[in-house]
Amino acid sequence: MKILVTVKRVIDYNVKIRIKSDGSGVETQNVKMSMNPFDEIAVEEAIRLKEKGVATETVAVTFGVVQAQETLRTAMAMGIDRAIYVPVETEIQSLGVARALKKIVEKEKPDLIIMGKQAIDNDSSQTGPILAAMLGWPQGTFASKVEIISGKVHVTREIDGGLETLSLSLPALVTTDLRLNEPRYASLPNIMKAKKKPIETITPAELGIDLTPSLQTIKVGPPPSRKGGIKVADVATLVDKLKNEAKVI
Amino acid sequence: MATLVLAEHDNLHVKPSTLHTITAAMKLGQQVTVLIAGQNCTSVATEAAALKGVDEVLLADDAAYSHFLAENMAALIAKLSPSYSHILAPATSFGKNILPRAAGLSDCAQISDVLGIESLDTFIRPIYAGNAIATVRSADKIKFITVRSTAFESTASTGGSGMVKKIESAGNIGISTFVGAELSKSERPELTAARIVVSGGRGVGSGENFKTIIEPLADKLGAAVGASRAAVDAGYVPNDYQVGQTGKVVAPDLYIAVGISGAIQHLAGMKGSKTIVAINKDADAPIFAVADYGIVGDLFTIVPELIKNL
Repeated sequence: MKILVTVKRVIDYNVKIRIKSDGSGVETQNVKMSMNPFDEIAVEEAIRLKEKGVATETVAVTFGVVQAQETLRTAMAMGIDRAIYVPVETEIQSLGVARALKKIVEKEKPDLIIMGKQAIDNDSSQTGPILAAMLGWPQGTFASKVEIISGKVHVTREIDGGLETLSLSLPALVTTDLRLNEPRYASLPNIMKAKKKPIETITPAELGIDLTPSLQTIKVGPPPSRKGGIKVADVATLVDKLKNEAKVI
Repeated sequence: MATLVLAEHDNLHVKPSTLHTITAAMKLGQQVTVLIAGQNCTSVATEAAALKGVDEVLLADDAAYSHFLAENMAALIAKLSPSYSHILAPATSFGKNILPRAAGLSDCAQISDVLGIESLDTFIRPIYAGNAIATVRSADKIKFITVRSTAFESTASTGGSGMVKKIESAGNIGISTFVGAELSKSERPELTAARIVVSGGRGVGSGENFKTIIEPLADKLGAAVGASRAAVDAGYVPNDYQVGQTGKVVAPDLYIAVGISGAIQHLAGMKGSKTIVAINKDADAPIFAVADYGIVGDLFTIVPELIKNL
């Protein structure tokens, strides 16, 4: 079984973002960038399936500026076998990426695609299902457990109110939720080894794909600010405030 | 043109998230059609037809839709899509699973988690966990939109006079099957629909303490129970309790954060609450910067005292 995982370079999880003063977007210059946390979980799951002997090859794909290749190196340092890099200088959006991934899937013919459920920059949470639709493959979104059982993939999904398990025919697409696994840290020897693993570059032109965004960002601003309130001295005062001032109980 | 709303329901009743989505649909100023796809769900269609703002209800009653499998649901929506300019669904685990797949079948992108509607093609949505708000214009031929429930009031359950029209099933695609579900059984209100939410964080210390400290306070107030990601990661409570960027977004009238420091990722999920109370022993915890009322102290003495005083 061959597994394809997608990774995206985003502003690090722990960085407090800054909105550009002209309202055109969020500042990404001189900001710490890392692999999207949900994609780390996807990478980890692919590696575990290979370690269990279920998968025979794991391939990571990314789109973006030159530095995005560092994210591929991280994936390979964790244990991914090889990588594909699609250079894109402009803004990357889900629909264009899904179209391009479809072409890559037709070429690579993976049996399973594992993607993060969302990227923590745009929070769109849609590339996986869009790609699954375009391929005509079943999807298991928000996965907290993935098992291969007699030629099918059983995906346990995080849904509102609990968990749900689906059985999907292969090939299939899975998107990861937080509890699927805890991604490993790459060891120094593996980081060194990853430098020798191959990254293939495929341009959008070679894929015959137009990556022009269909969603134009008109402006980006801060969320409505919330003023801090007061600290109260004791429980009695709190109850009084909630009853008589806020009138919520 | 017209707007189609994909209704979330449990084959018995329309879920509250649908009522908020219909309000968003009404803001587009077009005819509002609600799609009820499920099994043995005629009563849901009748209920939907009475909702204020609903002009028409399409009912697809078939075994293929009994568990709302994305593959079958999206195929049905794609079949209907040429008649609509806008297709809306709630931004819940239901809508977020089905709608982007339907968008993909129509070669369109989705506009996710919409907070505001500026015009027929311009929408307001959160990015970076709500730490920035983007205004976006869509050039797609059909606008597929998931709606954040907390940003729109719910429509009235009466006042509508929609006609129910039965439609044909798009069939079972046959590439996925439902195996089973484990739903948390709870007498408490649903987290995203509750008027009051009591959430616990890492400071609560254990799953046992959640039962003896957080739950009694919630039950005294008739509240739902939530948690920070730290509490979920520590295994105190299941993941579906999680409030935050990677969990649920809530905006109740009253949100009580107990032993929660207030990481950016948690604040993203509850900042929209009307009144926020924070109970934390660390006076410098970031949660106090968003709380209307804060108490600095030991939650193990404050919460029981609060329960007694309510």
